[in-house]
Amino acid sequence: MKVVFFAQSRQLAGCAEFDLPTDRDLTGPDFWARLIEIFPGLAPLQKTARLARHETYLDADETIHPHDEVAIIPPVSGG
Amino acid sequence: MSFIPRINKVYPDIAFTNDEIRRYGRHLIMPEVTLEGQQKLKAARVIVIGTGGLGAPILAYLAAAGVGHIGVVDFDTVDISNLHRQIIHKTGNVGKPKTQSAVEMMKDINPTIEIKTYDTSFRSDNAFELIKDYDIVIDGTDNFPTRYLVNDACALLDKPNVYGSIFRFEGQATVFWASRGPCYRCLYPEPPEPGTVPSCAEGGVLGVLPGVVGTIQATEAVKLIIGQGDPLIGRLLLFDALKMKFKELKLRKDPKCPLCGTNKTITELIDYDQFCGVSPAQQKAVFIEEVEVEDVEAALDAGRIPSEIDLLDIREPFEAKIAQIPNSRLISLAEFSKRMHELDSAREIWLYCKDGARSGKAWKLLHDAGFRKIKNVAGGIDAWSEEIDPNTPRY
Ligand SMILES: [Zn+2]
Repeated sequence: MKVVFFAQSRQLAGCAEFDLPTDRDLTGPDFWARLIEIFPGLAPLQKTARLARHETYLDADETIHPHDEVAIIPPVSGG
Repeated sequence: MSFIPRINKVYPDIAFTNDEIRRYGRHLIMPEVTLEGQQKLKAARVIVIGTGGLGAPILAYLAAAGVGHIGVVDFDTVDISNLHRQIIHKTGNVGKPKTQSAVEMMKDINPTIEIKTYDTSFRSDNAFELIKDYDIVIDGTDNFPTRYLVNDACALLDKPNVYGSIFRFEGQATVFWASRGPCYRCLYPEPPEPGTVPSCAEGGVLGVLPGVVGTIQATEAVKLIIGQGDPLIGRLLLFDALKMKFKELKLRKDPKCPLCGTNKTITELIDYDQFCGVSPAQQKAVFIEEVEVEDVEAALDAGRIPSEIDLLDIREPFEAKIAQIPNSRLISLAEFSKRMHELDSAREIWLYCKDGARSGKAWKLLHDAGFRKIKNVAGGIDAWSEEIDPNTPRY
């Protein structure tokens, strides 16, 4: 599963993209748990950052498939 | 047809001088604009909240385009550290109110338009009064409480909110218009934990970045006014300057949105500092123990740093290259969780960053991990430069 980091998630993860090894579908909370295991620094973003698959935001109850590309899009406030 | 009903009613009566016709000639010859589009622009009333990195290109281009009435809101004064991105302000205006500085430039660009300045912060108690007579609100603010406030005020008065925000090398832009699409709360219902998302002052920003995002906002405002093209309603545009890529995400209206959903619970403006958890009472909930930069100097002189006290610089390595307090050890906040085990909880640990915000976060991480002999250096290396060693460069 390809994970693409935006804004602060990129800074906290220390990379722009990451291949999350998984061969099964993940729910949103499963996905976050797996990710935070690898990147503990991302924990504070789970509450607010939105996940997007391809060109659409994911709702909390949607599952993510192993071949999906998932973007993590935290809010930013700078002006 | 303009997307703004009021403009459609009033624009046919708008007249131009010959000078104005020459000024807008390159607009007038395009079939998408023509004289009618230019009349709509002159009839339009747009208010821009914030004259910072985003506000700078927005105000300059709206003035140049001939938007007839522009409101300019800012409470701040021009600082030298603004100038690398806020190109509407000039070096000679450092120290002056930003509204005044912005208007000088706008009048230089186009003396034919009307500009109204509001030298105030944008708050719950003045938001409606400020925006009620404008057709379009443009959000060029720089913090979460004000962004939720702009969103709510616009939704409650049914104004389009041309949104843009930036972070380091990335930006987001969209048009929130609650009667026609999603609002900011549909996208981000929960504000982030206070202190988890750095501001431009804390996280840095590429100078040209707000130029790109603000120019997109100005473009969207002009399109709404003249009624051409596809507005960014229901679409979030993400810009990544490092990859030089744009990504577009479809936004959906959230039926559970408390502001614009089917069961509305927000029907008036609220306390946005409290909503975002940044009100003074909430910040004190975890009491961060602090030391002053004078204490750091005394401890260094007495040799207590480094013999008894570990002085920890939690900024990024490239910041440490600009300036560091002597005898400090670098563990950046990004690596903090991973490298916490290198620290000795039996020893006294003092933490600093640029201004005390990130090191406060690191203090909390250590506190949560059971460290008790920890102190945050109030004001960070900024205060060190100001109070102790003026030779330490500020950045
Ligand atoms: Zn909404």
